[in-house]
Amino acid sequence: MDLHRHLDDELSSLQDRVLLLGGEAEQALDRAMYALTERDSDVAEQVLDHDDQVDRLEVEIDRLCIDIIALRQPAARDLRFVISVAKMAPVLERIADHACNIARAAIDLNNEPELNSVLDLSRMAEHALKMLRSALDSFTSNDAVAAREIIKSDSEINDLYNHTFHRLIELMVTEPATATRDARLLFVAKHLERIGDYVTDICELTVYMAEAAFIKHSN
Amino acid sequence: MPVQTVAPKIEVRASAPAQTPGKSKVAVRNLDFFYGRVQALHDISLDVPERMVMAFIGPSGCGKSTFLRTLNRMNDVIPATRVGGQVLIDDHDIYAPGTDVVELRRKVGMVFQKSNPFPKSIFDNVAYGLRINRVTSSSSELAGRVEQALKDAALWNEVKDRLKTSALSLSGGQQQRLCIARALAIRPEVLLMDEPASALDPIATSKIEELIFDLKAQYTIVIVTHNMQQAARVSDRTAFFLLGKLIEVNATEKMFTAPNEKLTEDYITGRFG
Repeated sequence: MDLHRHLDDELSSLQDRVLLLGGEAEQALDRAMYALTERDSDVAEQVLDHDDQVDRLEVEIDRLCIDIIALRQPAARDLRFVISVAKMAPVLERIADHACNIARAAIDLNNEPELNSVLDLSRMAEHALKMLRSALDSFTSNDAVAAREIIKSDSEINDLYNHTFHRLIELMVTEPATATRDARLLFVAKHLERIGDYVTDICELTVYMAEAAFIKHSN
Repeated sequence: MPVQTVAPKIEVRASAPAQTPGKSKVAVRNLDFFYGRVQALHDISLDVPERMVMAFIGPSGCGKSTFLRTLNRMNDVIPATRVGGQVLIDDHDIYAPGTDVVELRRKVGMVFQKSNPFPKSIFDNVAYGLRINRVTSSSSELAGRVEQALKDAALWNEVKDRLKTSALSLSGGQQQRLCIARALAIRPEVLLMDEPASALDPIATSKIEELIFDLKAQYTIVIVTHNMQQAARVSDRTAFFLLGKLIEVNATEKMFTAPNEKLTEDYITGRFG
């Protein structure tokens, strides 16, 4: 029984780490968007400085997964959990990378006059954050039903992205003087849209973990 | 550049669908088995597809070895045992009156946990079954069958220059492969293996596992193992037994990634009991 408890402890530790990484990604995105909307470059710099810690956490999760697979040979639900975490960690790290890119855009944009279009991006970011939090909750509670609902809600981010895209293109045409800033915002919008896709990946992994069903690439 | 919204998704199961088994070589129907008044097997029904490897797993005392021995009536030699139900091999009930048990065991060979070579030469060990069954008509035919059996058991290259030396001089892994060669010499159709590698080191175990993989091209193999990783490595289908009952039988990849039964999951994840 001690050996099994040991495995349970390791799986529990792995879950803690991936949730910590999820929290870091969530916080990075929240702060990067704050830096953009509140024009606070100091906060943007903090996001960039913190990224090394996110990277270290990802590597730590990789090592834990490899150790568990090599030493414990998990099967069934344990195997699905470890595989899901191993695939989820780089996704969360990528979300944090996108947050860093948003922080860099914020630093550049904060040196120039403010644009109203940032407001639309805030709605996208709020939705992306809500999706990310819900995805981490569904992962924690092994809730495939909730994960599927979150996947459906990615279409809202896509709609917001399409709307923002067209609005920014219009602005570039009507106000060429702001085109460079609009282009930066367009990249920010794309980062947020990609984060929505990554959250979808997390939810697909939760469905796999909970039900052993592959729903990836099945649309 | 518009982004497509997510369309409804069609789901597929993570594991490959349970491999569609081919023709059943062994078909067990409602099998009960008793040691005196103690019922050791309860209403087992199971199909072993032809030329596949089926692994039996389960905790000690779950009945998997008892069940294995019902497949060639090895339990007959134990006093006060009783069998109910049917074991069909090629659609013939091996418990039907008039069954030739010697012929049955020629058709359904067996390898045991502990290698048990006779205190004879390597050659004579493999030739033993051929001689007592008078299978061959000449010494050259006998030598050919022995050579082929040793080759099939992946042992020929290691022993071809010392066929007349005692089988007891071989290593544990070689002795086990010699026992497999002895079983193969009489050309069975089904090979039963009761924990064939449990007493061997990892290298010898690996050779036995590779051998099982190669042999399934010609034989239907049923293996009892306590080593779940071994079951995962060598078998196409896996059956889980508990307290004399068959809990689940499934494609091996399904069994080890997403078993249907909670009891199976608890067992293979080590959370049993």
